[in-house]
Amino acid sequence: MENPYMPYPVRIDDIEVATEDKSLKTFTFVFLNPGDEEKFAYKAGQFAELSIPGVGEIPIGIASSPVEKGFVKFTVFRTGVVTSHLHNMKKGDIMGIRGPLGNWYPWEKLENKNVVIIGGGFAFTTLRSSIVYMLDPANRSKFKNIDVVYGARSPGMLLYREELFDWEQRDDINMHITVDGTDDPDWKYHKGFVPQVVEQHAPTADEDTYAIVCGPPIMIKFTQPALTKLGYQDDQIIMSLENRMKCGIGMCGRCNIGKELVCKDGPVFTLAEINQTPKEY
Amino acid sequence: MNFITIDKSNWTKGIEKSRGTYQIFGPVEDENGCQIKSLEPGGQPKMNADVTVMSPKSVLFPQTETILTADLDESKEDHHIMKRAEQKYTPRAVLGIRPYDARAIQLVKLNFDTKDYRDPYWCDAYEATTFVGIGQNRPTPFDFSTSTGCGPFSEEGLDVLLADLDDRYLAKVLTPKGEAWAAACGFDAGADTKESQVLFDILKKEAEKNISTDLGTDKLAQKSILDLYEAPFWDDVAFSCINCGTCTFVCPTCWCFDIQDETKHKKAARFRNWDTCMSPLFTNHASGHNPRESKVHRVRQRFMHKLKYFVDKYDQGIMCVGCGRCVASCPVNIDIREVCTIMNNYEKK
Amino acid sequence: MDTCIEKIKAICTDLLANGEVEKVIGFAGGSIPMATRPIAVTSEADVEKLVFNAFCGLNLANYVSKNNLPKNGAKIAVVAKGCDARNLVTHMVENQVPREKVFIIGVPCTGMVDKRMIAQRFEDEITQCTQDGDTLTVTSALQQEVIAKKDVLRHNCQYCTHRNPPVYDVMSGDPVEEQILDQPFPDVDHIASMDPETRWDHFAELTKNCIRCYACRNACPLCYCPTCFVDESSPQWVGKGQDKTDITTFHFLRAFHCAGRCTDCGACVEACPMGINVRDFTRKLNKDALDLFGWEAGMDLDRRPPLDVYSPDDPDDFIK
Repeated sequence: MENPYMPYPVRIDDIEVATEDKSLKTFTFVFLNPGDEEKFAYKAGQFAELSIPGVGEIPIGIASSPVEKGFVKFTVFRTGVVTSHLHNMKKGDIMGIRGPLGNWYPWEKLENKNVVIIGGGFAFTTLRSSIVYMLDPANRSKFKNIDVVYGARSPGMLLYREELFDWEQRDDINMHITVDGTDDPDWKYHKGFVPQVVEQHAPTADEDTYAIVCGPPIMIKFTQPALTKLGYQDDQIIMSLENRMKCGIGMCGRCNIGKELVCKDGPVFTLAEINQTPKEY
Repeated sequence: MNFITIDKSNWTKGIEKSRGTYQIFGPVEDENGCQIKSLEPGGQPKMNADVTVMSPKSVLFPQTETILTADLDESKEDHHIMKRAEQKYTPRAVLGIRPYDARAIQLVKLNFDTKDYRDPYWCDAYEATTFVGIGQNRPTPFDFSTSTGCGPFSEEGLDVLLADLDDRYLAKVLTPKGEAWAAACGFDAGADTKESQVLFDILKKEAEKNISTDLGTDKLAQKSILDLYEAPFWDDVAFSCINCGTCTFVCPTCWCFDIQDETKHKKAARFRNWDTCMSPLFTNHASGHNPRESKVHRVRQRFMHKLKYFVDKYDQGIMCVGCGRCVASCPVNIDIREVCTIMNNYEKK
Repeated sequence: MDTCIEKIKAICTDLLANGEVEKVIGFAGGSIPMATRPIAVTSEADVEKLVFNAFCGLNLANYVSKNNLPKNGAKIAVVAKGCDARNLVTHMVENQVPREKVFIIGVPCTGMVDKRMIAQRFEDEITQCTQDGDTLTVTSALQQEVIAKKDVLRHNCQYCTHRNPPVYDVMSGDPVEEQILDQPFPDVDHIASMDPETRWDHFAELTKNCIRCYACRNACPLCYCPTCFVDESSPQWVGKGQDKTDITTFHFLRAFHCAGRCTDCGACVEACPMGINVRDFTRKLNKDALDLFGWEAGMDLDRRPPLDVYSPDDPDDFIK
């Protein structure tokens, strides 16, 4: 068994400013050792530790999709010591990636189901990974209707804007893009908070419909009742949690909610599962 | 299973002889109490020592341990590429470990050696270590190990169990590692298996009589996590707590750790330190949000982890071996025996 | 001091009955020999749990902070030895707690005992300890000893010159006689007389067993910073491992943070699981505060601490 603390060495291949306030950047990494990409085989919904020698590690959801080959992508919000350092790094710099870690959205269970993706702010990374995965020609037929509700404070704060607008043009996915507010007279999508858009535009639930929800606590808090109103049962609501993590492999002991370790037993749980644990996230 | 008699006059000589093969750890005493330490040649373990203030967990899990290193000098070809820190895992023997501390290592193993991941640092140290335990003829007043799945003559996790018979040790050799250790010491005077076992049984029975605490843990598994979590007694349990890390650091079963990076000149090191759920930093998010923001949250986490989450997750009893170290060291007298009793007896109204 | 407990209970019963205080912070009996446990008593029925004996070595001012004061007009009552009361005064002087929110039940104190000193007299673990006035009867499986309390006093209590609370609302007994010492800081003088290398070795030896559990800091009523400098992550001032430099930095810096504020209550030493005499750091600063500014912390609600104020008369010999 390999040393689970050992990161794969990677080179920063590209850095893209992801939002107008520059607080988020998308990093594209390529593996230095040819065999490592295969070892890093992941599923949409998993995360990895971005590992900067001498600075530290930070757990970040994987934003690229398993169907995209030759690189991995992460969109990182600048907030603490490691992410601030990362934001100041440049193309060509060498660092590490450790993972993939945690579980993933339940793709086996979601086959032949309608999938509703609900995201807010910068918690859209693993949702992007999921959408790209489902829209891949090899996979699209495995899923029935796909709806996406994604909102941010303003148009400039939406992640992956070009892709969003491309998806908007397609007929095999229903996009419901929204912003809290904008002065842009040409804005042609929704205005309003995610929970309202969910209530008005998300499909009502039947037993073949599942919702994946990812966003800031306040959005999650108000989206839950909206989904319940639309008939979603707690085991049809799938969420990805965040907690402070260090090891990412279920050993260092800090990220638990009850007996579940968010890093290893999660980060993906159904609302039904979360309801059985203390709300320590 | 074989038994060996070790005359105490031969003990020191045997231990010194084994140094050709083993690094020796054992209890030593100073003015502030006993500690398990690595013993330099000539240094002898105090086999009848009081309970060590700190448990022997540090032999496998040092409080600070470098796990990875990297060179940050960009002129080097392998700059910024992390490598496993060099560490020798030559054989080591821990002498005079108490049986409950050996069980504790088995409980910690559940965390570090799993089907999905193996912590190579802990596991390599574990494999290199031989545990020579000593039966406790006179358990301390804090000992409640008979309630925690072990006891003063428990064999779990030991390679050799010694019984102290005044002028000699009777050694029960439990594993091939134990055999190798006895051979390295030159301890080879066989003892009658049947008679020896009878003697062990008598000593065990006598020793167990001295343990007065009978801790009920039988009802913990059947309770609901949320009922216990939301129970009304936590404010009272936590009132006196000052949120220091003493209980977790002295505990032989507490395994939580932090990972930190440091640099010196152009060298980077990643190391891990013991961490404690008593500290607010343990769970503080980078955003400032803290899911366990108050001391009540943190005290509850410690006891829920030991007495409920662990019970449910592993089905191996509670995450406590009854050593009583936290009871003895807590500056404000928070007593896990009392908390366990409250939890075990709690019925939601 | 023995008789104090009955008076303390009577006072608490009255205070709770007439609603003057929301709770009383005091000491309850412990679950093991020589232990006590800080407790908040909120009902008259629980008043019986209170004890006061030679093992009440922690400082209850540590349980009073601006975050746990009653929201309404009620007060918190605190059972306070001389040092606890001085730390309450320090809280008030430092604007942490208003005087009118705290009801100080003063206890004239004849000192707390050093549990390690007692344990060292025994070959095995102590199983029982009872106190009768100034005499302790201590029992283990192998021996029993009758010990005079004065022979096992904690070092800080031996050198205490403020056994009676300087500020209180009610006293639970007649004041005890204060000690007058010819040499109040012989330990500091001893360390100061060492050559620098020996002195450095002394402190290195002192902290060699430190496990950074921060019991000393967390038992200290002065350490109420929302984020301690050792826990700060940006910038990170101190490394988190067992490196000697980091451990030493913690102890020295903490001592300096306590300069002119420490009452030498001994809670830090009482709490340390490793038997480190943390007071070797703080006592030097207490001596400096006394020698240079004639200052002892927590004696006066109306006088500002020396590091708070500038006076043209401040000593400046250290500027060379």
